[in-house]
Amino acid sequence: MNDYSKKSTLITGAFFFVTIVIVVRLFWIQVVDTSYKVTASNNVLRYEMEYPARGLITDRNGVLLVDNQTAYDIMVVARELKAFDTTAFCTIFNIPAQQFKTTVNDIYRRRRALGYQPVAVMKQAPAEYYAVFQEQAYKFPGFYAQARSLRNYPRPVAGNLLGYVTEADTATINKNAYYKPGDYIGRSGIEEAYENYLRGKKGISIYVRDVHNKIKEPYQGGAYDSIPVAGVNLICTIDGDLQEYGEWLMKNKVGSVVAIEPATGEILALISSPGIDPRLLVGINRNFQRMQSDPLKPLFNRAIMSPYPPGSTFKVVNALIGLNESVVFPHTRYSCYHGYRIGRGVGCHGHPSPIDMMQSIQMSCNAYYCYVFRDIIDNPKYESIEQSFVQWCDYVKSFGFGTRTGIDIPSEQAGSLPSVPLYNRTFGEGRWKSLSIISLAIGQAELGSTPLQMANLATIVANRGYYHTPHLIRGTQDSSFVDKYRERHYTMVDTAYFPVVVGGMYRAVHGGAGATAWRAMIPGIEMCGKTGTAQNPHGEDHSTFMCFAPRDNPKIAIAAYIENAGFGATWAAPVASLMVEKYLNREVKRKELEKYIQENAPLKKKNNERKP
Amino acid sequence: MRENHNLLNKLDWATIGTYLLLVFVGWISIYAAVYNEASRNIFDLSQRYGMQAVWIASTLFLAIVILFVDTKFYPVFANIIYTGVILLLVLVLLVGTEVNGSRSWFVIGPFRLQPAELAKVATALALARLMGAQGFVLKRKWTAFKIALIIGLPVFFIFLQHDTGSALVFGSFLIMLYREGLSGWVVNCIIFAAVIFILSILWQPVSTLMLCVIAGLAVFAIRQRKIIPAIVGAIAIFVPYFITVKKLLPALDIHTPHPDYIFLSICAALIIIGAIYAVRRKLRYFGYICCFFIGSVALTYSVDYVFDRMLKPHQRDRIENLLGLKEDLQGAGYNVHQSMVAIGSGGFLGKGFLQGTQTKYNFVPEQSTDFIFCTIGEEWGFIGSFVVVVCYLLLLIRLVIIAERQKDAFARIYAYCVLSILFFHFAINIGMTVGLAPVVGIPLPFISYGGSSLWAFTILLFILLKLDAARWD
Repeated sequence: MNDYSKKSTLITGAFFFVTIVIVVRLFWIQVVDTSYKVTASNNVLRYEMEYPARGLITDRNGVLLVDNQTAYDIMVVARELKAFDTTAFCTIFNIPAQQFKTTVNDIYRRRRALGYQPVAVMKQAPAEYYAVFQEQAYKFPGFYAQARSLRNYPRPVAGNLLGYVTEADTATINKNAYYKPGDYIGRSGIEEAYENYLRGKKGISIYVRDVHNKIKEPYQGGAYDSIPVAGVNLICTIDGDLQEYGEWLMKNKVGSVVAIEPATGEILALISSPGIDPRLLVGINRNFQRMQSDPLKPLFNRAIMSPYPPGSTFKVVNALIGLNESVVFPHTRYSCYHGYRIGRGVGCHGHPSPIDMMQSIQMSCNAYYCYVFRDIIDNPKYESIEQSFVQWCDYVKSFGFGTRTGIDIPSEQAGSLPSVPLYNRTFGEGRWKSLSIISLAIGQAELGSTPLQMANLATIVANRGYYHTPHLIRGTQDSSFVDKYRERHYTMVDTAYFPVVVGGMYRAVHGGAGATAWRAMIPGIEMCGKTGTAQNPHGEDHSTFMCFAPRDNPKIAIAAYIENAGFGATWAAPVASLMVEKYLNREVKRKELEKYIQENAPLKKKNNERKP
Repeated sequence: MRENHNLLNKLDWATIGTYLLLVFVGWISIYAAVYNEASRNIFDLSQRYGMQAVWIASTLFLAIVILFVDTKFYPVFANIIYTGVILLLVLVLLVGTEVNGSRSWFVIGPFRLQPAELAKVATALALARLMGAQGFVLKRKWTAFKIALIIGLPVFFIFLQHDTGSALVFGSFLIMLYREGLSGWVVNCIIFAAVIFILSILWQPVSTLMLCVIAGLAVFAIRQRKIIPAIVGAIAIFVPYFITVKKLLPALDIHTPHPDYIFLSICAALIIIGAIYAVRRKLRYFGYICCFFIGSVALTYSVDYVFDRMLKPHQRDRIENLLGLKEDLQGAGYNVHQSMVAIGSGGFLGKGFLQGTQTKYNFVPEQSTDFIFCTIGEEWGFIGSFVVVVCYLLLLIRLVIIAERQKDAFARIYAYCVLSILFFHFAINIGMTVGLAPVVGIPLPFISYGGSSLWAFTILLFILLKLDAARWD
């Protein structure tokens, strides 16, 4: 082998070597390493969402509470952007020209990077603007409108219980794979609780795109595409008219009214005042921040979250416990000398004496319940005060206090009940007795009850001993949730004892002399009620009232709670009574009372006092 | 007729067959790369595939014309052709049009001509003429200068056009020079220099220097059969170095950012001791070792300068991306990344003709020209890529055989020029599409879109085929 042929062999060898290196490399990236295939499909596939219409919500009579309106996101495709009349554009949408120009210039500068990926220049433009824009769309190359479905409220009521819809935040998107940036999600109230029903199913179209993000064709002829499925329509138990009327009555008052249909547990009205006008939370605006910083806390749903002392309405519970424990009987009479004079004592207002149980409810005698409560707690049947107190607590819990009722919207609070450890801490172990906790006899002290729980108490009395879980949604367009709520929750008190209490509550309204709730009387309706004036260490007393009507076969049980309004009889009772009239008669004849409630609202009075 | 008949018999049909196959593959790949629903006709002149059909037709005509030109024409006119092309290269600098940053195109109506492509043919002819002459001896200084001048002139002007890729192609003549008598040492040194260049970018200087020392000692041990002195040398250098760096300096609490200086000092001391010893013993090879070592050191330290000062930023980026020092998929690394995605997504069997999504939707830039191999890789998969790569290998081997059977030095040298150029284009172009070579804008022979390159490669090949056919005359 001479030098030259050796060299030519070496050269040939080098060719072989390089070829083998290339072939091995090709084999590696084409056959062994699969990551390039993934990148290739990411490169080329574009997923386009089609948003479904959210489910509608109607009230118990089939009247719409929530439906949808179309708004338009104005999108621009940077690559198709050309010089256009910005002034005309800004005139259509009524936006400041300078800011808009900056936005558009910025998009134009990034047009290479953005390609055919649309960018929103304006979100949720109302339909009026859209119509004008469509007429002049030819003037704005690269711009187009994308329809989005927003919530619409035929009447501005029930904001707190309905909740609102907003764009899903990053935390939600990270937690739940269903949500993608730009998706809407229900927040608080029914919108949140029934999100899975209301949201429907997003449609997806997969397209093949080119390097500039321009859509070329459906992927695999659209085999993996799906069409959007609209959300499920819900039937709410709310009576829209009653809710609206109640909110109107509660104007300029801080508090809450809850009405329940006793036979089913369906909530007829759930008012928190001041509340949210749901229209203010539609779309993108700063109203939410404003409401958050409002000192009157309109976003705080008092009906299910605020623990108020129940006051005298709670005497009904103690009466029933006493009867069940046989420490008091319907005919038991106690004297009242303007109060209960043992220990620190509990005052009482002027009324005839002595009185029996029915009268005690009618006249709301404090002394009577101090006797009853002490007999319950000091019952020799139990070995110790702890034991009897625990028993009392169990009774109270069986009435739905101190525990969540299980209403079908989020954020419900349980309220509060005292406990043995609490008193052991306060007074020292073994150093408290019935007299130490005598305030519980009249629904004060450590008791905290939400207006919903008070309405539930009214329901229990109306039903003579049981309640159904209160709820807001009766069912969907094609399935009923009635079975879920069929179960009767009985209290620990024998149903035989309830008629006495019902009688007392009847006489509180209709009993004539000494009846505390005579203002609640509605001509032609047999109403049972119990007033309450909850002592408020922070200011004027809270005014509360619970009632149900008619006495037999009650159609509505209601609790009203008005903060800092004074006597229950003067404020809460008329409000509740007017609502009962509205619900049962569909029309309110007592215009005088309406006017009085409207014009002498506690909040208004206070505002007037402040103004010199 | 008789003469023609003879010509047909004498032609190397294996080469022509491979050539036609590659040209055809190129045409349909261009069709797939720029495929347009609106004009499916492969002869549509408004599309690149239509134009490529025109180029192919004209190039076949040209090939036939070349086959009829007398073989004497080439050695006689080689220098004139070379001069003419050099003039064109100068002219294009003055009146040429700038495309993609290189002023290397004459634009006449719809046609574009790149004289750099023709320069390859002309230089090959001029080299063959010079080196094929009677009594030519490569190792004379004057002839070496002449060769350098012939290669250097077009390289100079092409560099001025900012067409670095085409200029680098002329480096491939090294293969021809090697075959024609250049010492293997020169080639080895160049390869070694390239390795040091890459390692200097990747590693600390001290690591590169260590490798140089180990390589030098290894060569010394094998060539001179002095294994024990080599091991002694290695111990004499590395042991003091590691003791200094790992023990002495930490003990003295000195932290130097330049351990390489310590290493160099030790080496220098040893070289001085070694030199005294070598002079006494009259050991000549010690001089080579010194030269090798000094050369390595000089190269290692000049790389940073070359890399940072002489290369343009985009060239630096491309090299850094290739070496994995940078991951910039949107910028300098975009082309190669998208190219590898396209080829990699082809899988074993490919996505099928016109089914390549990366190809169809233009994810790879320059896909009908420099990155045409992506289309083959994506649509025909590993199988198709393999076939094409093997076609090139077979063509190159065939050309080696053709070259070696020439009796005439002119024909042989010319043949080696042709295969040098083809090999360089093939290796660098496909290497860059699969991320093995830096992005250098040179076409894939016979396949990439473009009249100038197709013409140039066809002329190159068919002059050789004509010379080969006439070898018995």
